[in-house]
Amino acid sequence: MSKPQNAPGDVRSKGLVDYLNDENVRAVLYQIIAIGLIVFAGWYLVSNTLYNLEQQNISTGYGFLDLEAGFGISESMIQYSPQSDYASALVVGLLNTVKVSLLGIVLCTIIGIIFGVARLSSNWIVRKLATVYVETFRNIPVLLQLFFWYALIPSAFPHPRDALEPLPGVLLTSRGMYMPVPVSDNAYTLMGIAAVIACVVIYFVKKWAKKRQDATGQPFPIVLAGLGIFVGLVLAAYLAGGAPTEMSIPALKGFNIQGGYNISPEFLAVLIGLTVYTSTYVAEVVRSGIQAVPNGQWEAADSLGIKRSVALRKVILPQSMRVAIPPLTNQYLNLTKNSSLAVAVGYPDLVSVSNTTMNQTGQAIEAISIFMSIYLGLSLLTSLFMNWFNKKMALVER
Amino acid sequence: MSENAKLPPMATGSFAERAVAWSKKNLFDGWFNTILTLGSIAFLLWLIPPIVEWAIVNATLSPTIEGCAEVTGACWGFVNANLRLILFGTYPFDEQWRPLLAMIVLMGIICGSLGAVKYPGLRKAIIPMWVIGVPVISVLMWGGVFGLTYVQNSYWGGLPLTLILSSIGVIFAFPFGLLLALGRQSHMPAIKTVSVVYIEVIRGVPLITVLFMASVMFPLFLPDGVTIDKLLRAQIGIILFTAAYLAEVFRGGLQAVPRGQFEAGDSLALSYWQSMRLIILPQALRLVIPPTVNSFISMFKDTTLVVIIGLFDFLGTVKLALRSDPAWTKYYVEGYAFAAAIFFLICFSMAKYSAYLEKELRKGERR
Repeated sequence: MSKPQNAPGDVRSKGLVDYLNDENVRAVLYQIIAIGLIVFAGWYLVSNTLYNLEQQNISTGYGFLDLEAGFGISESMIQYSPQSDYASALVVGLLNTVKVSLLGIVLCTIIGIIFGVARLSSNWIVRKLATVYVETFRNIPVLLQLFFWYALIPSAFPHPRDALEPLPGVLLTSRGMYMPVPVSDNAYTLMGIAAVIACVVIYFVKKWAKKRQDATGQPFPIVLAGLGIFVGLVLAAYLAGGAPTEMSIPALKGFNIQGGYNISPEFLAVLIGLTVYTSTYVAEVVRSGIQAVPNGQWEAADSLGIKRSVALRKVILPQSMRVAIPPLTNQYLNLTKNSSLAVAVGYPDLVSVSNTTMNQTGQAIEAISIFMSIYLGLSLLTSLFMNWFNKKMALVER
Repeated sequence: MSENAKLPPMATGSFAERAVAWSKKNLFDGWFNTILTLGSIAFLLWLIPPIVEWAIVNATLSPTIEGCAEVTGACWGFVNANLRLILFGTYPFDEQWRPLLAMIVLMGIICGSLGAVKYPGLRKAIIPMWVIGVPVISVLMWGGVFGLTYVQNSYWGGLPLTLILSSIGVIFAFPFGLLLALGRQSHMPAIKTVSVVYIEVIRGVPLITVLFMASVMFPLFLPDGVTIDKLLRAQIGIILFTAAYLAEVFRGGLQAVPRGQFEAGDSLALSYWQSMRLIILPQALRLVIPPTVNSFISMFKDTTLVVIIGLFDFLGTVKLALRSDPAWTKYYVEGYAFAAAIFFLICFSMAKYSAYLEKELRKGERR
């Protein structure tokens, strides 16, 4: 970008002014000034912080993570008690965040696709209903929706004594939902391993089938075969493990319900709120993804004599995916970040647990830095994956 | 297209004929659509009558707990009785005309700024409107001059607070975001790195963590003896957060300006700032108006998060009113429905306007 400052015939030696007018010199100067300002601001803030912490007798560092937490967490996926240390409390919080986010992502994708497709329906009433759903729930703050569901669940469902039983074994109460679960047994571990093995086998079968089709043109019923391999292997593992049938069924004992798997009202409120809110955005992404594929693609597939279902799978969807995947990931990330609102309804997610930790220990900077870097890590991981995926999916042009 | 040919031309025939033709095409086209239509109608019949019965037929506006206990429907009396608390929070009762006026002024400025896109005559007025408007709003809210009593900002609340936090957030984030976007496009590695790191870090974390940082860590950053109050801390947090998102919006606009425009500036020997101001930004900013409005909408919704750090914005005051008397607590559906309706009205109309602008701006491109 540098421009000659002196005309070729100019014999003047370069003075200070000429140097200052040189774009390269200026660029270096600007950068030095900018970095200097940032370093100075950082130093100023850090020195103030250290001084203030010293005044308040707060020690710095992450040593507090090994101390006993002393507070209970209402739901946990791993062994946790108030005697556990702060580090495991934070792990419990992180796992709860991951749990609600993953479930939310799956559900909001399903609901979003349904409403996104419905908005393009040729049926007038279906189209309008889908539009009303999307416009209503995306224009109401997600926190308000969380508060609403959280207030609704305990008051809409009866006390455990007169629990509703919509399906045998499933209880709906003001303290959440109870579901029967199988009593843990080695057979289930075995089934998990079998499922993983089945996936690996299916991957290789698919590779072989594609190679064969490329070479001979003979298609292979991969969906049916894959289903067969998966179900067969898992079933075999179940039988090999002794086919356990014992279930833990929720039932009223004393004042509360014992047994089964409990889904707390807090979890339900966060899950429903996040799912409904994000599904409206997913619906819009799906709609624009489908609309982005030109009609000529359908016609081209038709003129090649490709069946409509195959055309959808092999021609239309891959192209709309290319448009829809990046904004879809953004929505998944938004859902994960919005799960931090769980703190407002008392679901023990990462931010909620960190907040308690912060209040108990006074280690505000450390706690905030921990949860910020975890969210940042999740976001960066997703971006890296997305970049890789985008590159894989990108149109290879001549 | 052969199916369409069978239909009678739309413009002819009696109204009934046209209605039948329309519904055949749009509602009962094939067995699948017929099932969908009937299912949807059944769903609406199941959903709408109970809601109408609850919200209108059996509802009451009577602003007393006794009046509400008598009816089986909605107790709009809760909203009626607590309207001032919900709208203005704990702002001194006799002075509540001030936040009301401030809110009207602010809404006027926002509408004026948005309208300037459509009516170019308003464009020159945008900056004067904000330069005059913000002090007027501050005087109205704080008082302390012109015979207005001083009101601490810890008493502010309700809808004016939500509007102030979000609009001031976006207005101050605007120049900051623009600088960040230019920094990200810069050829100077240090400045580019700083901008990219800032944008990606802020966009990678949830707003609530930034608000926690603002409310807990900012006091530690300041020298001994200097304090800033909770509201200002939240406002700074919102500005810092919004700036990163606006920066990405602006980047989109800058990237959409053709390369030749930058080169044209260079060939006219304009300096970097001259060519930005005279050539690039006018084109880039025009492109980013709709996404900027969208950022404002999401900021407006996200402002509700300040409830979590203990401020009483519009959602906070609804919760406050629900808790003001244990007897009111069970009327949360009415309270949240009222808040949701207001949020919906504001966000929906802005979103529609933004979509309309997008269409208008694209008209010029299509030629």
